Amino acid sequence: MKRKQVLQDLTTRFKQDILEVFDKSKTRVYIEIRPEAIIPIARYIFKDLDARFNIASGIDTRKFIEILYHFTFEELALLISLRVKLDRAKPAIDSLTPVSEAFNWIEREMHELLGIQFKGHPGLKRLLLSDKWPKGVYPLRCDYKEWDKTAIRDRGVK
Amino acid sequence: MKKTIIPIGPYHPLQEEPEFFMLTVEGETVVDVDVQLGYNHRGIEKLSELKTFDQATFVIERICGICSTSHPFAYTQAVEDIGGVEVPMRAKYIRTIIAEGERIHSHMLWLGLAGHFLGYNTVYMWVWKLREEILDVMEIISGNRNNYAMFKPGGVRRDINPEDIPLVMKKIDKIVPTLKMLYKAVRDDPVIHARTKKIGILTKEESINFSALGPTSRASGVARDVRKDTEYGAYLEMDWDMIVTHNGDVFDKVVVRILEMLESIKIIKYCLLHLPDGEIDVKIKNIPPGEGIGTHEAPRGETFHYVRSDGSNSPVRHKVRAPTFMNLPTYKATIKGEKIADASIILAAIDPCYCCTERMSIRNTKGERLFDGKELIRLSQAKTQKVKQKLGVKESSLEKLVQGKL
Repeated sequence: MKRKQVLQDLTTRFKQDILEVFDKSKTRVYIEIRPEAIIPIARYIFKDLDARFNIASGIDTRKFIEILYHFTFEELALLISLRVKLDRAKPAIDSLTPVSEAFNWIEREMHELLGIQFKGHPGLKRLLLSDKWPKGVYPLRCDYKEWDKTAIRDRGVK
Repeated sequence: MKKTIIPIGPYHPLQEEPEFFMLTVEGETVVDVDVQLGYNHRGIEKLSELKTFDQATFVIERICGICSTSHPFAYTQAVEDIGGVEVPMRAKYIRTIIAEGERIHSHMLWLGLAGHFLGYNTVYMWVWKLREEILDVMEIISGNRNNYAMFKPGGVRRDINPEDIPLVMKKIDKIVPTLKMLYKAVRDDPVIHARTKKIGILTKEESINFSALGPTSRASGVARDVRKDTEYGAYLEMDWDMIVTHNGDVFDKVVVRILEMLESIKIIKYCLLHLPDGEIDVKIKNIPPGEGIGTHEAPRGETFHYVRSDGSNSPVRHKVRAPTFMNLPTYKATIKGEKIADASIILAAIDPCYCCTERMSIRNTKGERLFDGKELIRLSQAKTQKVKQKLGVKESSLEKLVQGKL
């Protein structure tokens, strides 16, 4: 399939779920979708179109919590990023881990750093933060305040 | 049978990412594996938001000591992607030279350690001696053996001095025959075959499912290499081969890396001979609001950087994805059903954080210490000795080679 065909195929197949297509450049396309439709669209891109899952990146934009799922089409040299905007008060989206193991770790990471709930994730435990980190404090949120005021050199190493 | 849990890690001084592996074993067979990360989480993504676009280049260069060019390479491309900046050709060539030099020394580091774990300590010393040559090359070009600080959004910081090129060429040519001999020796050595073939297999389907990257995926028959797939650097200017093998075991991962070094040498030599004239950077006045993505094929696989700008002079979000993040979970597929003596080389085959193996210790469920890291390496090395006896090999071709008998 050519680049044009891929985009056309996606826009006709998921007509109701695609909110906006931003054709940034020859190699970058951003598609905003409804959060409820993430599983069918991501599954179609990953399994049927054989794209590679690069990574997802979560951002707190003060209005929304945004997640971008980046997929690479190697033969086309094309990078498609699916954008979903989640409610900032209670960000939640369906987990993609049941689709593929590749989504497992990054969902755990976004869960602890941004406080996004991934519904249906088999083991949503911490990946990077230590056990001492308090619950409900998310370091990549805009309103994050440092909770541990002691400098690293004063914390002491046991 | 009684199940025993083996903790591996978490702290080790050499590599960039300490990890903690928990192997569950039945007798000598590994039945399950769990990984814990974050012991060295420095919050660089957050830190980068406090720096200007120019300063962030230096911060992310320090994410990893071994592949200290891969991150700036991907990051600068992401920043250039926001503004649609076109980098001058000479800068692209210099970037390519630095990136490939780094690939060679990173693969050599890995190869030496792999030799150590298999009980070939001579290979370890010998490959690392060879690595000095390429580190010298990097020093001649950039002034530093590591953390070169050559990259900046819009180009490179320093030019290559034309007077240095003959010396660099001479040093690089010195590596080629030894690498070729090493490849032959690894290919023909029955002991290496016995220790690495059909061990820790990652199938093609699993590799795709885990979205594995770099040599880890290429050894499983997945032809994926950012250098070939996308247009960046000077990689599409010249002829070179993507190395793909099909078995997915440890042996294939060794072969992919050795052959890749030879390809890298080819790329560096082409770049040095065909270095175009012109500027080495473009001045970027301001970075407009928007978002950009940059990717680069690091020694371990694709590095991915996502940068968002709001028009100010520092990024509002900077996402860094190192290749090991995608490669590490493949342990789930490779290590189950293997023996403890092979665990260290399987964990090592992906080229993650290597030293963890040195910190390995085996405890039974009561928490009593059974083996420590040294003991596990001894176990691995003892297995090589046994294999040698079984095959009736006194001195393998690799050892003969190292002692100059080949």
